[in-house]
Amino acid sequence: MEVRANTALHVTLTINGVERKASIEPCVTLLDLLREKFDLTGTKKGCDHGQCGACTVLINGKRINSCLVLAVSRDGSEITTIEGIGTANELHPLQDAFVRHDALQCGYCTPGQICSAIGLISEGKAKTRDEIREAMSGNLCRCGAYIGIVDAIEEVIAAPRRKTVR
Amino acid sequence: MRRFEYLRAASIDQAIERLSFDPGAKLLAGGTNLVDLMKYDVACPTTIIDINDLPLGDIKETSDGGLRIGALVTNSDLAFHPVIENRYPLLASAILAGASAQLRNAATVAGNLLQRTRCSYFYDVMTPCNKRTPGSGCPARNGLNRNHAILGASQDCVATHPSDMCVALAAIGTMIVVQGPNGARSISLADFHRLPGDTPEQDTTLRNNEIILGIELPPAPEFQRYSYLKIRDRLSYAFALVSAAALLTIDDGVISTAHVALGGVAHKPWRDTAAEVVLVGRPASRGNFHQFASMLLSRSEALSQNGFKIELARRTVVRALEQAASRTPQSQSDKRVH
Repeated sequence: MEVRANTALHVTLTINGVERKASIEPCVTLLDLLREKFDLTGTKKGCDHGQCGACTVLINGKRINSCLVLAVSRDGSEITTIEGIGTANELHPLQDAFVRHDALQCGYCTPGQICSAIGLISEGKAKTRDEIREAMSGNLCRCGAYIGIVDAIEEVIAAPRRKTVR
Repeated sequence: MRRFEYLRAASIDQAIERLSFDPGAKLLAGGTNLVDLMKYDVACPTTIIDINDLPLGDIKETSDGGLRIGALVTNSDLAFHPVIENRYPLLASAILAGASAQLRNAATVAGNLLQRTRCSYFYDVMTPCNKRTPGSGCPARNGLNRNHAILGASQDCVATHPSDMCVALAAIGTMIVVQGPNGARSISLADFHRLPGDTPEQDTTLRNNEIILGIELPPAPEFQRYSYLKIRDRLSYAFALVSAAALLTIDDGVISTAHVALGGVAHKPWRDTAAEVVLVGRPASRGNFHQFASMLLSRSEALSQNGFKIELARRTVVRALEQAASRTPQSQSDKRVH
């Protein structure tokens, strides 16, 4: 067994396509690593207990609460955060749909909502409005933009290759 | 979070060896429960043994026509596995009734079996709790106990087991395969989780130096009828006040087998096989389901705030059995209860 001391451990992650290395204590969550070490502050800390979904990122393509992940346990993984999704000039179809459907007010939950919705679409299970609502229930929105959020996701599922409207 | 030593187990034997001599060690799989408990200082392991490299991620058919599911299979992968969807739809439905998509993507079979109660006193280290600190007392018994047990509770603990998956596994009848320093053994799910008695700090009969390898499901009955009905304070992403897993086979309107397990009502998934026998050979009628539900709940006891759960459980059992009998299982996305 590889014994690692209670000090800094090396972790290598591919984040938004770029290999990143860090030396961290084992208690550091993926969320804190992204925000504090890598300055990727698009991923938000809400409850820090897996109850709100603001910290949702994609790990090897699957949506996961980064606040409940010890970063060292995911050594070698591919991580996608909101910084790796779309650009200001070329929005991801979900980002574009969120804008058009008023799917946010304060925007704090939005990075998690977008990452979660990307995960939802790649899972390919939720199709109907009820199914989208259920599959997005891990992402809370305190502004209550849920109707717009579901509208946006429903539209992108119905027309995944729809051109971005600028 | 308290500091701890982090190890990555390269083999099952290495994990068991470390568990055997390090009483402060805990195994880490998905981490959705353990990391949360560590943030609250409810769990303070001195060593974390990460088992994610161990070869426990397979789903395989067994020689008797059942299924062996590895400890590290995630809740999502299990719920969406074609064999589970087709032959064990009750299990798929129960898993999808629990937590959120993100949590199910990380949480594992073994972690779900070992998840701890969500009793608010257990989570609050500023209060006494016999489960967290043996002998310190149980504020829930005369405190905030609306969500707590109505069956099998003790003076020392009135907590409930929070899992949905385990309720379906109880109804299906599942073996838990574990390994310790002296080899492997199997524990039936009914004997895996325990009632609190005067040792509520022990959730299960798993020994400190044992690791869960996986679970074994019996062959799925042909022509099974099922429903998993979960009642909670909001429609999604909440723990059950009461849930019922019903599994029936019916020939010519007459019940040939009936398996029913309850969640949210006790320190373990609650099943009473003696009561189930009463349903066998009788018509699948509402009256018979009522009679069964009354038997199942005959020993229920209310705390100061949770008396409503007894009647809620009765109605949930009857409705789940009706849904199963009529082949209209509860949808986990359309929340209307038919």
